[in-house]
Amino acid sequence: MRTASAGTRAISALALAAVAGLLLYGFLATESEKTVGLILLAAVVAVAGGLRSGVLPRLVHAAGAGPVLGALGLSMLALIITFHDDPFVLLLMARALLVLVACLGLHVQLADAGVPNFAGAAFFGVGGYTAAVLGRSDLPHLLILLASGAVAAAVGSLLLLPLLRTRGHYAALITIAFGLLFRTFLEVNDTLGGPQGLKLGGLRILGWSFNDDRQLLGMDFSGYAFYCLAAVVLALFAVALVRRVERSWIGVALDAVRLDETAAACFGISIGRWKIAAFTLGNALIGVAGGLSAMMVGFIAPNNFTFQESLVLVSILLLGGLGNLAGLAVAALLVIWLPEKLQPIQEFRYLLFSVLVVLVLVLRPAGLVRRTARRPFGSVAW
Amino acid sequence: MVSGTAQLLVCRGLTRQFGGVVALSGLDLELRRGELLGLIGPNGSGKTTFFNVLTGLFPPTRGEIVFDGAPLAGARPQEIHRAGITRTFQRSRLCLDLSIFDNLAIGAHQRLDHRMVFNVLRRHDLAREADATAAAATELLEIFDPPLARRLFEPMTGVAMIDRRRVEICRALMSRPRLLLLDEPSAGMTGEETTRLMDDLLEVRRRFGDLTIVLIEHEMSVIQRVTERCVVLNYGKKLCEGTFAEVSADPEVRRAYLGLA
Repeated sequence: MRTASAGTRAISALALAAVAGLLLYGFLATESEKTVGLILLAAVVAVAGGLRSGVLPRLVHAAGAGPVLGALGLSMLALIITFHDDPFVLLLMARALLVLVACLGLHVQLADAGVPNFAGAAFFGVGGYTAAVLGRSDLPHLLILLASGAVAAAVGSLLLLPLLRTRGHYAALITIAFGLLFRTFLEVNDTLGGPQGLKLGGLRILGWSFNDDRQLLGMDFSGYAFYCLAAVVLALFAVALVRRVERSWIGVALDAVRLDETAAACFGISIGRWKIAAFTLGNALIGVAGGLSAMMVGFIAPNNFTFQESLVLVSILLLGGLGNLAGLAVAALLVIWLPEKLQPIQEFRYLLFSVLVVLVLVLRPAGLVRRTARRPFGSVAW
Repeated sequence: MVSGTAQLLVCRGLTRQFGGVVALSGLDLELRRGELLGLIGPNGSGKTTFFNVLTGLFPPTRGEIVFDGAPLAGARPQEIHRAGITRTFQRSRLCLDLSIFDNLAIGAHQRLDHRMVFNVLRRHDLAREADATAAAATELLEIFDPPLARRLFEPMTGVAMIDRRRVEICRALMSRPRLLLLDEPSAGMTGEETTRLMDDLLEVRRRFGDLTIVLIEHEMSVIQRVTERCVVLNYGKKLCEGTFAEVSADPEVRRAYLGLA
């Protein structure tokens, strides 16, 4: 690996983030489905052209992952400022980012360790309900968010025993059963609000209430802008964490467990230990995202955490290309935003959306972006 | 390694049944430190089952395994690997989606630091450990094929069959084992490729003087050339043992295995 100069790295990263930011801006700003189509087309052309010509990989490589992430964060910040008084767009952005964080959790489980989880929405819900219950106390809200992750991970540990004894479809079935069980449990549990659910107060950090609209720099910011910012920070943290885990000995061990349990065992790799680690870390990420999401929306009910929602999360993973973080991010944006953007065509929007998903998978059976080999994480050029 | 007796491994009455099938039947076998033992026998005679029982994939139905003075029968594959036994598989079990380096890092698993804090936060230390691992991997691959060592970070999918065998043996060697079990490493190779692979194996022995190797092999010329001693299995039992000359002169072996009257 040759290291480019700091200037080259910054310029490459900013160029990438600028293009991404412009495309996102166009997508979010437009009201007409024709423009949405044109922007999607432009995105496809830009990405395909960038890949074909080799410009895109070269830019990413020249910049390095850290600067690219930082620059993407900046372009999200720019978008938040641009849409500072548009709660609908801000909510849409924040939702997509939180779903992305949840999908990163699933990614660690399914794409890294090979542990399926069809109860993603349930663990998202565990995080949300934890935030709702703890929100009645005086605990600091950052602590409550951490607790959302911890409780989701702890509840997930109930599934460990059956999950370690099964694999593939059978393991998937266990998580499906858990998801259904969780929802029924919520519906009959009066302390958790039953079918009506619970209300939450908003996020409050160091006396700053995220729910209130505020004047900053002479602009009227909607409260959602601050939630969106929190979601950006959480998403950047989650991406960086997952990337580091993957580009380390932990990632190698998880790959070994996923690809060949027998060979892994013969080289001293404890199958159980790594499945537990991946499942727990994944659920913790999903739980934190669920906690923040519940605080932002201000209300949760069993109906938000159905099996269908879990399926949406898994389908984002498959659509993006199992094992590829860039693909995952694009798929999360598409799946969350597209149905909203296609609202003008009413009942046809889910039809069109489904056709698009099928088309993508027909044209790219491995998902939008393929899994790439792990890049060396040593310091020497090999 | 100078501890204990001359035997590295002692198996007594090792038996493995699959339902009514007795794949391994009361096998007594001893391995001397540093020797290269050939394990031969017709298909289904229990050679691979012996490896599978020894590495803990199937626990023995009866019998004992003593490795360097410690009982190992019934231990988990991970414990057995930690004790110093490692293997290759008859049908390559490399992770084809991963790079050569990743596969070799799997072999080095027990020597690497897997703590979360080390891997996620101490990236400089991690990079140094990765460099050291890559250096060790390169050194091993160079014994087999210097050009292969220069492709360390290429995916396994683009690697030729013979090189996959080499990587698989290197993966096993990455753990610095004391006992290496090679399950028919020459399967599917041309005669010339087999000769080259065995040259490499002899070179490995020269470099790792105290390494003990068991080699399952069908090619008699290979056995004759590289092993000091062989054991012949038939129907899960030991038919006889000795040098290749002794074994191949044994009338029972000729009848069971070589198809001669």
